[in-house]
Amino acid sequence: MKKKLSSFLLTALLIMAVLGGCADGTGESSGDNSSVEPGGSAVVGIQQDIDSLDPHLATAAGTKEILFNLFEGLVKSDEKGNLIGAVASDYKISEDGLVYTFTLRDNVKFHNGNAVTAEDVKYSLERVSGLLDGTPLIAALSTITSVDILDEKTVQVTVGSANTELIYSFVAAIIPAGSGEEEGAAPVGTGPFSFVSYAPQESIVLKKNPDYWQEGLPYLDEVTFRIVGSAETALLELQGGTIDIYPYLTDSQAQTLRGGSTHQVAVSPSNVVQALFLNNAVAPLDDVKVRQAILYAIDKEAVNTFVGGGTGSLIGSAMLPTLTDYYTDLNGVYGTTANVEKAKELLAEAGYEDGFDLVIDIPSNYEFHMQTGEVIAEQLKEVGINASIHAVEWSTWLEEIYNGRQYTATISGITCDQTPGYLLNRFQTESAKNFINYSNPEYDAIYLQAQSAQDPAKKAEYYKQLQQLLTDDAATAFLQVPGNLTAISSRLAGYRFYPIYVQDMSTVYVTE
Amino acid sequence: MRYFAKKILTLIMTLFLVSAAAFLAFQVIPGDVVTSILGTEATPEREEQLREQLGLSKPPVIRYFSWAADVLRGDLGVSYRYSKNMTEMMPVAELIGDKLPVTLYLAALSLAFILVFSIPLGVIWAKSRSRLLDAFFGVTTQAAMALPSFFLGILVTYVCGIVLHLFAPGGYVSYQKDFWGFLRYLLFPALSVAIPKIAMTARFLRNALLTELSADYVRTAYGKGCTGRRVMYCHVLRNALMPVLTFLGMIIAEIVAGSIVIEQVFGLPGIGRLLVSSVSTRDFPVVEILILYITFVVIFVYFLVDILYRVVDPRISEK
Repeated sequence: MKKKLSSFLLTALLIMAVLGGCADGTGESSGDNSSVEPGGSAVVGIQQDIDSLDPHLATAAGTKEILFNLFEGLVKSDEKGNLIGAVASDYKISEDGLVYTFTLRDNVKFHNGNAVTAEDVKYSLERVSGLLDGTPLIAALSTITSVDILDEKTVQVTVGSANTELIYSFVAAIIPAGSGEEEGAAPVGTGPFSFVSYAPQESIVLKKNPDYWQEGLPYLDEVTFRIVGSAETALLELQGGTIDIYPYLTDSQAQTLRGGSTHQVAVSPSNVVQALFLNNAVAPLDDVKVRQAILYAIDKEAVNTFVGGGTGSLIGSAMLPTLTDYYTDLNGVYGTTANVEKAKELLAEAGYEDGFDLVIDIPSNYEFHMQTGEVIAEQLKEVGINASIHAVEWSTWLEEIYNGRQYTATISGITCDQTPGYLLNRFQTESAKNFINYSNPEYDAIYLQAQSAQDPAKKAEYYKQLQQLLTDDAATAFLQVPGNLTAISSRLAGYRFYPIYVQDMSTVYVTE
Repeated sequence: MRYFAKKILTLIMTLFLVSAAAFLAFQVIPGDVVTSILGTEATPEREEQLREQLGLSKPPVIRYFSWAADVLRGDLGVSYRYSKNMTEMMPVAELIGDKLPVTLYLAALSLAFILVFSIPLGVIWAKSRSRLLDAFFGVTTQAAMALPSFFLGILVTYVCGIVLHLFAPGGYVSYQKDFWGFLRYLLFPALSVAIPKIAMTARFLRNALLTELSADYVRTAYGKGCTGRRVMYCHVLRNALMPVLTFLGMIIAEIVAGSIVIEQVFGLPGIGRLLVSSVSTRDFPVVEILILYITFVVIFVYFLVDILYRVVDPRISEK
């Protein structure tokens, strides 16, 4: 084992030593922290109840953004979207990409006061990968074939197939060994805050973890995530002062708040890709010309202006613009405004001079998508496509449209993680998530090459080709990455924005 | 005695039919609870495991009867959706038991508002000779009845919360934590629930009073020298209350079953809100018990009204 370790130490292509500690995590965005007075509390408004207190079972984005404060993985994301060490102080990946060696950070303690041991890491990784009971809980990590403890500070993970993006999945929470089976176990992690209480439909309360490994953090003594009455009343709750931070403002709510002095409204890019998804297997959308006509007909700028108040970033393919190394701007291919002539021409070529009827299914609980649908339906009518909106309930959307693929067109958003290939993965012909039924053998071949590429530059090149293919084939009408509008009470400062969906409360402090 | 036996038998039959209908509805509507819980990113193994855990792999008929048998034994099951902690799901009894007091206190407060305001209002309105007052009452009650409860809720929040600073919108405190704070906050949703009902009840009472006031016995009462006040409160009101009682019964059943919209607007974690979210997440065990509860409340309140009739008007039981 030791030989193996030293051999890849010598030849490791990808070495990312991450220095944690106090100097690293703080101080970057919040400026001079010496004057920050710790203490106080804050209330964050959330829209949905959490789906599980178990970090490995939680799937909803709205839950993960809260659990980010309670749990940490071997690595975690910083506000630039880079991975930094958390429970592990650094890690090494072997040249063949099959062996990961993590060195555990000293003095990381669970909320119950126990120090994190290699046993805990082994247990957590075996639990999520399915080695424990045959049920993998996090799909990407099911490739793990063994977790070995080299010494009390070193854990070696072996995976079945090389994938340079797998490291992003090691953000999976580290929990105390055996805690998954413990009766009545309260959530125990290593995050900046520890669990106090949870009342369904009301709130989840967290308190400061005094033993947190990033010295000085967190500042707040208590954080409450409170479920707001409804999206409409959230504004009143902000104005009434019962919630301090609310990250899901609509454009009109943001405008109302900007008028006052009690809150500041911050705009940040989200990690949601919004698109008019087209079912490539259903007539008439199985004709590439029809799909291209739709792309020409859509005025993305108008959508962004009307629905998002201009805060979104327009996109032409399946990649977040914030992933700058991999992103290629394809907005120019079909233009960001409507090209009615071109659209009509393509429709005529495809044999639809008189247009056709198109039903767009939209999950009704997402006001943003519903409004987008209304704008797009009007735009499509301009070129002769008689588009109508069909509102569906979210559970129905998941079952019939996403899993069942029984639809022609739908507007929805896909929440991405930091993995650059996250969205591209689903457009392989055989992917279970390929709900648009896109099929292009060339795409599949390039995707496989991209997966095995160990050189990041090469990989980025493949990914750009894939984005180009999706756009050329008009696989789907990618619209925008909507902006997040966050209201922050003026008595608070230090709130940090992430390119992923989390509410990091560790750096927030009270100014008054 | 036979009367009670018959009532109880009807109650049991209705509860059975309603629960079966709800179960059937859950089978028919699209939306799978497993995908609803796990979202789009779960592994197939995990989906299979959860399906097994929730007992969804068994045939529907068997599932229904095993559920019904559990309920009869007093085991209401566990929620599909809400977890109690990291390893256990929330028992339905505990979940509803926690939310029910919120709805019940809201109902009690609303009912108090309704009774305190609607009866004097109805009487004053019936007695008023002034055309202006009559028109004023007519228009205001009409407006109060026509306001959609969602809008009314927002209006009350805005006026009482933001303008008058009487309460903090969304500042709900749990009754276990601060009972008086809880009641103080509840005053405003209760007001929102009560306003349209006060208008309706007052209108109803006024019409009933006017009908009764023109009855022969009123003239007789005046004739034997009763004061106007005595005629009103001892004779007319008592008779006029009969139809109002039925109406009040309907209203009570409605509020005790959970004010879905008002709970949503004020962020009250009551059972109306629980019902809405449980339906959308396909949390079958919770929805079934809530539906049974609502059915029971409606039948029980009507039963109480039936008994009250006999108290107010002894002639009914003599028949």
